[in-house]
Amino acid sequence: MMLRIKRVPTVVSNYQKDEGEDAARRGGGCGRNCLQKCCIPGAKLPLYTFKRAEEIPGDKCVLEHDDNQAPVAFLDSLLLGQWEDRMQRGLFRYDVTACETKVIPGRCGFMAQLNEGRHLKKRPTEFRVDKVLQPFDGNKFNFTKVGQEEVLFQFDASEDGEVQFFPDAPVDADSSPSVVAINVSPIEYGHVLLIPRILECLPQRIDRESFLLALYMAIEAGNPYFRLGYNSLGAFATINHLHFQAYYLAVPFPIEKAPTRKVTTLGDGVKISELFDYPVRGLVFEGGNTLQDLSNAVSDACIFLQDNNIPHNVLIADCGKRIFLLPQCYAEKQALGEVSSELLDTQVNPAVWEISGHMVLKRKKDYEEASEENAWRLLAEVSLSEERFEEVKALIFEACSYTLSEKEDEHLTQGAGDDKPPLEGTGSINKGRNCNMVSGTQECLVLQ
Amino acid sequence: MEPPQLGLIEQSFNSRYSNWAREALDELPDNFTITDPCISGHPIVFASRGFLKMSGYSRDQVVGRNGRMFQGPNTCRRSVMEIREAIREERGVEISLLNYRKDGTPFWMLFRMAPVFGKDEGRVIHFVAVQVPILRRRQRRRNGEGLCGEILSNSCRREVCSSSSVELAGVSAADSDCRVQAMEGSVWQHVDNYVFPKDCKPLDGFQLISFLQFALVLFTSLEIEEKCEASDTEKQLAATAISNVLSVLTHYSESTGRLVCEKRFGPSLVSSSLHISLGRIKQSFVLVDPHLPDIPIVYASDAFLRMTGYARNEVLGQNCRFLTGVDTDPSALHQIKQSIQAQQACSVRILHYRKDKSSFWNLLHISPVRNATGKIAYFVGVQIEEGSVDRHGLSPEMRQLSVVGSIKVAVRSSSMSYSIH
Repeated sequence: MMLRIKRVPTVVSNYQKDEGEDAARRGGGCGRNCLQKCCIPGAKLPLYTFKRAEEIPGDKCVLEHDDNQAPVAFLDSLLLGQWEDRMQRGLFRYDVTACETKVIPGRCGFMAQLNEGRHLKKRPTEFRVDKVLQPFDGNKFNFTKVGQEEVLFQFDASEDGEVQFFPDAPVDADSSPSVVAINVSPIEYGHVLLIPRILECLPQRIDRESFLLALYMAIEAGNPYFRLGYNSLGAFATINHLHFQAYYLAVPFPIEKAPTRKVTTLGDGVKISELFDYPVRGLVFEGGNTLQDLSNAVSDACIFLQDNNIPHNVLIADCGKRIFLLPQCYAEKQALGEVSSELLDTQVNPAVWEISGHMVLKRKKDYEEASEENAWRLLAEVSLSEERFEEVKALIFEACSYTLSEKEDEHLTQGAGDDKPPLEGTGSINKGRNCNMVSGTQECLVLQ
Repeated sequence: MEPPQLGLIEQSFNSRYSNWAREALDELPDNFTITDPCISGHPIVFASRGFLKMSGYSRDQVVGRNGRMFQGPNTCRRSVMEIREAIREERGVEISLLNYRKDGTPFWMLFRMAPVFGKDEGRVIHFVAVQVPILRRRQRRRNGEGLCGEILSNSCRREVCSSSSVELAGVSAADSDCRVQAMEGSVWQHVDNYVFPKDCKPLDGFQLISFLQFALVLFTSLEIEEKCEASDTEKQLAATAISNVLSVLTHYSESTGRLVCEKRFGPSLVSSSLHISLGRIKQSFVLVDPHLPDIPIVYASDAFLRMTGYARNEVLGQNCRFLTGVDTDPSALHQIKQSIQAQQACSVRILHYRKDKSSFWNLLHISPVRNATGKIAYFVGVQIEEGSVDRHGLSPEMRQLSVVGSIKVAVRSSSMSYSIH
């Protein structure tokens, strides 16, 4: 049985049209600056290259700024400046700073915003919610169709290990660039989309390389109030073309303030905790001997969830130091008619930002009556049940540990010139500190 | 990182409390630091003898640095976040925190911080932070299960071969003083055989699954709280220490006439949290309030003061026209006025004058800035001296826009919370 819900899709680009309109326009050149084969040759966009951090997280303290008095990092400046530029050029559908917003009184500090312009007064579209993995469909809207003016800059790793900025770099299709584009229906100031390897047209699913890119962006911005988020299909992703979202809000998110209980530390130093006293059940990933260890632990957990058809959201917070993973089931409940009409009427689609505690409301009534109880009640519907969460959690840990052994196999078979992401600290796997749990290895079985 | 602006740091302390206050503070037995949130990097401006002894650093190594230098891999990020938020909201906080000494050894301490307000300024000028080491470590654990964790984790350490013990200690520093409890004739010995077969033969699939299930059940119920509760005595010590330091500071501020107090006093031109956020922005800019008569400046960045040669008290509350002079083009002024009335952004090239009467071409960008109500709260004016170069290759326009963006975020966010005015 296919599960579907109807909702108004968020318009993230000025070139995103109804399905019908889009299909009708196929054939013939597009006549404007998009990111497809017709317009890419000769295109130029700013390029920001970041330095890959090989050092352990401890040393990264030097690079990050975790208090308000550290000077603004360059990527931060670049992003804000470019965004303001697009504001002044009128590319956004509305001025988000003209939307009233507040912190709801209470212990959690949920945030509410009254945004009447975000969702078009158009008919809702059908979304399939029971398949987290769906193949990319070139006929539907994807980010290669956006106008180049909506792209702020290319974002990739530096070749020579130095942070560099090129105001006018050619877009080299062969290098598979990743880009940062604006979201023309912003939730907050600076709302952008990070689209890894945009020309490869990857569907909305996590892979190790892309997640690492997102993590690098959080680190480079060096601003704890600049957070990245990810919604899987079935967890309110709008577009099936791999993307992360990000924006600025200089207040703590309720999810960041929620208490956590440590559950385990993986062999590679990644510490996994779980949230408690928060309406949505989820895991928090921190630490790791290297950045890649942290990134891979989260990616592997996501890959497991998507392979097992469990919709989920991910929040990258605290300059990349804390990552929240939240499996959810709201869409499924909605499709099965299990959500109260009262909640459905608010038309809140609980994606990563809502789950983190930032609610965007369409109706004045909902905004004025917003309370901690209401917010909690809505989010509690999103969460997996305790029983189900325990199941999923146990399976995630299994997946994370098993993947350690896969990594080892990769290391043995990987040759030079392979374009897979290089394995960091390749010596670390065999140090005996983090042993595998799968038979066939020579090490002792150890759980830390 | 080089300690920035040591002169400013000395000033921060001396101009407010006078040099004699240092002696008085040195007589206190407590561990504490005093920091200045208005100086770039929020550096430590004073560290007590007790603090230096506790941390193992010398005064030179600490003054001018930010408090994060004492954090390390096992410092709880959420606790750091709580402290950061308290700073942003200019209020006190008390929390247990894991810090690291100079020699790399970690220790738990009760961190208690209190803001010090300038009486005339009505905003925070320093933070006092007291650190009380938590002597007897207390971990919150469930009965019995804690023991398992100790056994397994200590057994693990015994069995693991090549890794240096220092690395392991680093990774699980907080566990370093756990002791293994012997348990006889129990299931744990059985576990021991499973986990650590002497010949290290790999386990077969069946053993693996059952061990996995066992271990997962064990670990998911362990719920070791990696926090350290301070005792009532330690909390009392912290409270007394804060009180001592604040008394000294209040007393000595009377001698300089620049009074401080523990509570916020009097109006400030912009809210304190906004003031702190704006301090992060290093470029030259001013905020003006279009709702007040004659549209006065309510905030001026340090860079603006440097560019124009004025002191802060000379510009706050004044309309920007003091920057204009004989050769300033009236039509540029007119354009600015019109944009403000139309509530729109504009860029003008205008001739401005410094305090010493020298003139410069100012690439001025003006933009409305809204707060959390959605309505315009200020206009921002960002100045760039024509001919100045940015090391990243950003055009002047782009540099200005990034300042505007930062300010929009700061103003919107700082006015969201009902508890902040």
